Amino acid sequence: MTDQGTGGAVVAAAAAGAGALEHAPVLIEARGLTKTFGDFTAVDGIDVEVHRGEAFGFLGPNGAGKSSTMRMIGCVSPPSGGGLSVLGLDPRRDGPRIRARLGVVPQRDTLDEELTVRENVIVYARYFGIPRAQARAKADELLEFAQLTERADSRVEPLSGGMKRRLTIARSLVNDPDILLLDEPTTGLDPQARHVLWDRLFRLKRQGVTLVLTTHYMDEAEQLCDRLVVMDGGRIVAEGSPRSLIAQWSTREVLELRFPADDHAPFAADADGLGERVEVLPDRLLVYTDDGDAAAEAVVARGLHPLSLLVRRATLEDVFLRLTGRTLVD
Amino acid sequence: MSNATRSWAQPIVRALPIPAGAGMARMLVERNGRSVRTFWPTIVSGFFEPVFYLFSLGVGLGTVVGSVDAGGGTVVPYAVFVAPALLASSAMNGAVFDTTGNVFFKLKYARLYDSVLATPLGPRDVAVGEVTWALLRGSAYAAMFLLVMALAGTVTSWWAVLTLPAALLIGLAFAGVGMAATTYMRSWQDLDLVQLAVLPMFLFSATFYPLSTYPESIRWLIQITPLYQGVALARELALGMVSWTTVNHVAYLVVLGLIGILVAARRLDRTLLS
Amino acid sequence: MSETRATPLGESAHVDTAVPTAHLSVLPQDPRPGALFGRAFAYWLTVYRRTWLGSAISSFLAPLLYLGALGFGLGTLVNRSGGGIGGVPYVEFVAPGLLAATAMQTAAGEASYPVMGAVKWQRQYHAMLAAPLGTVDLVLGHATFILVRITLACAAFTAVAAVLGAFAWPLAVVGALVAVLCGAAHAPTIMAFSARQDNDGNFNLLFRFGIIPMFLFAGTFFPVTQLPGWLQPIAWATPLWHGTTAVRQLTLGRPDWGEIAGHCAYLALWLGVGLLVAVRAYRSRLVS
Repeated sequence: MTDQGTGGAVVAAAAAGAGALEHAPVLIEARGLTKTFGDFTAVDGIDVEVHRGEAFGFLGPNGAGKSSTMRMIGCVSPPSGGGLSVLGLDPRRDGPRIRARLGVVPQRDTLDEELTVRENVIVYARYFGIPRAQARAKADELLEFAQLTERADSRVEPLSGGMKRRLTIARSLVNDPDILLLDEPTTGLDPQARHVLWDRLFRLKRQGVTLVLTTHYMDEAEQLCDRLVVMDGGRIVAEGSPRSLIAQWSTREVLELRFPADDHAPFAADADGLGERVEVLPDRLLVYTDDGDAAAEAVVARGLHPLSLLVRRATLEDVFLRLTGRTLVD
Repeated sequence: MSNATRSWAQPIVRALPIPAGAGMARMLVERNGRSVRTFWPTIVSGFFEPVFYLFSLGVGLGTVVGSVDAGGGTVVPYAVFVAPALLASSAMNGAVFDTTGNVFFKLKYARLYDSVLATPLGPRDVAVGEVTWALLRGSAYAAMFLLVMALAGTVTSWWAVLTLPAALLIGLAFAGVGMAATTYMRSWQDLDLVQLAVLPMFLFSATFYPLSTYPESIRWLIQITPLYQGVALARELALGMVSWTTVNHVAYLVVLGLIGILVAARRLDRTLLS
Repeated sequence: MSETRATPLGESAHVDTAVPTAHLSVLPQDPRPGALFGRAFAYWLTVYRRTWLGSAISSFLAPLLYLGALGFGLGTLVNRSGGGIGGVPYVEFVAPGLLAATAMQTAAGEASYPVMGAVKWQRQYHAMLAAPLGTVDLVLGHATFILVRITLACAAFTAVAAVLGAFAWPLAVVGALVAVLCGAAHAPTIMAFSARQDNDGNFNLLFRFGIIPMFLFAGTFFPVTQLPGWLQPIAWATPLWHGTTAVRQLTLGRPDWGEIAGHCAYLALWLGVGLLVAVRAYRSRLVS
């Protein structure tokens, strides 16, 4: 990794730990980070800290500002205001140096359809200044990790959605990044593909890679993230681990009631007192209580006749509903 | 690529006020090179087009036209007159398309640059890389076309060897302008506007008939257009009619290319990063 | 797509993302194949309302630029050296060739990328097939739209060329009709080719080795008798040559009606067989 021209020197220097904070616990720090597009404020002064080795999540609906935040962290979008430091460096000044240590899995696969699967990884490695022989070896290793070795010489286009996403992840690891940024990694994938992906991400976490991901799937956030922030309208409305958020903003269980009506608001009065809180959704009532079964029995005892009755554990969706009055997926 | 090789563009590029990059433009050129392997029929076919024009509008039409006064009393067969103009225009067409349609396609449709810019490469590398690639391809085509010209008997002077660097210069000028234009493009429809600029130049820049065909009053209008300068340069070299005006043509193209590159450089950050 | 869609007359075809507006009501019985082509045609017409300006620039202005530069500029040389071609001033020789070529070029532009787009990218054909339309409707509907485009382009060119004095009036009108037929003759064959494509790589080859050579060598700019002997039969086989020859006779005001009828029959043959091949191609690609 010695002489490859300026770009290679940058990669080499960064890898040798030129950033003094490379062993410090905080890898990403944002204070009052803001992003505006003309009149529109996508990110409105957020404070974030991401620690080495954790899986950190940005949870929120579409339009919450998650992707804009990720792009700022990824040094491809200049912040409009506030402070941001990634790996101890300033994205405005040291963009290329930071990017040399990042891996990015974007929301939409930006694979090169004019190249084969293997070439996609090799070419990407070359962008980091990795010498060709090493790039080829790395590509084989990563394709193995992504379980794509049989398709190595195929063109990208015929691959399934899950395979393309795995290829994107494999490609993003080519420079052994310190931080892996994933923007909605499993959106649009079928359940099996999602589980395969989560499995790969777990492995990465065990290998010590810091993961930062955005998602609007609460099961993904609960499964993958050690800590997360809930974003809405460009602001952070809550932060903590999934369990602590649920404990703080919701009860342990939820009783869902559906009645044969288009509007469930009139039934709210009937459900009053069954639990700590009642939320009215267009198609059902949610009764928040620590003991769902007891509440279910109480429903029957009151003489209510719901179409269906379901007891379930509380999720981050309930947290979001509590915080913003809206559902995650609209 | 050997360890000691540095991109020849680097010293020039670094001297200019161009946006941030990591000096790794050659990786983008390498990427384009690899993609050729899947698209070689398209690449090879690109060579044929000017050759077809040479045989049709050069040789075929030449049987009907006969000889032409190429300026200053030099009378040559029509094919000899037209061939260098075709060399110049194909250099223009290649450079323009590679830096407008091709780049715009990669930008908007393939979103290729999204992934590239997430690496240490910056907008400067993208610009330098794409222009370098356009020039590499253009010079390959020009060399082969020159060979065909020679085989078809339309080369009359040893100065013609210089038409190759001339083609490169024409390509550079139009690549600069093309990249600048691309930073203004918003939709596919804008490509039509590019064609609207390129086609009249192709037809009216004394490509198929000498400048003297025009009434004296409007000759200056043709002379200030970029392709005319390129055509005149190529023709003067191919026919051995080199003089001080040849230097003027070179200067014009150099200045045009620099202006284009500067404009592109300033606007590129905004186009690629938002 | 990594290369230029180099087209001689600057035509660039785009795929638009408009939503179909045809209303589909309940049909009392299974329609005959092709009976509903009007609905498909209406769709393409609606889309065109949004994109007509761009194509007007390329399919109207481009041939006129060729006429100006080559007809008059180059014409000065040709007329001076040989008194025109066969005694005909060069602009009058070249204009009919450009008319026929415009028709062909418009047809090729509309029958290539938009057709492939309707199959693969925007998938309009699939949307139409999910409604009570059949493949014959698809082919006829789209072909009818292409016919409209060709007619508009030819009408515009003919009007301008007549004003510039390059066309004999009123036979030029018949010439324009023959030119439309010439363009239409190319369309369905190209549609069949396009429907079978998986990516647009082969379009480059279609234009570079099919359309452009025809444009350059089939008698547009100089008589095919100037071609080497072995090349002439190839030129005679192309629809464009037949179109150019017939249109030229008409616009010069010296029609040999028997010969013109023969040329038109050849073009009609290409058109008819082309439609059959297109329906077959659409069926195998879309319904399987």
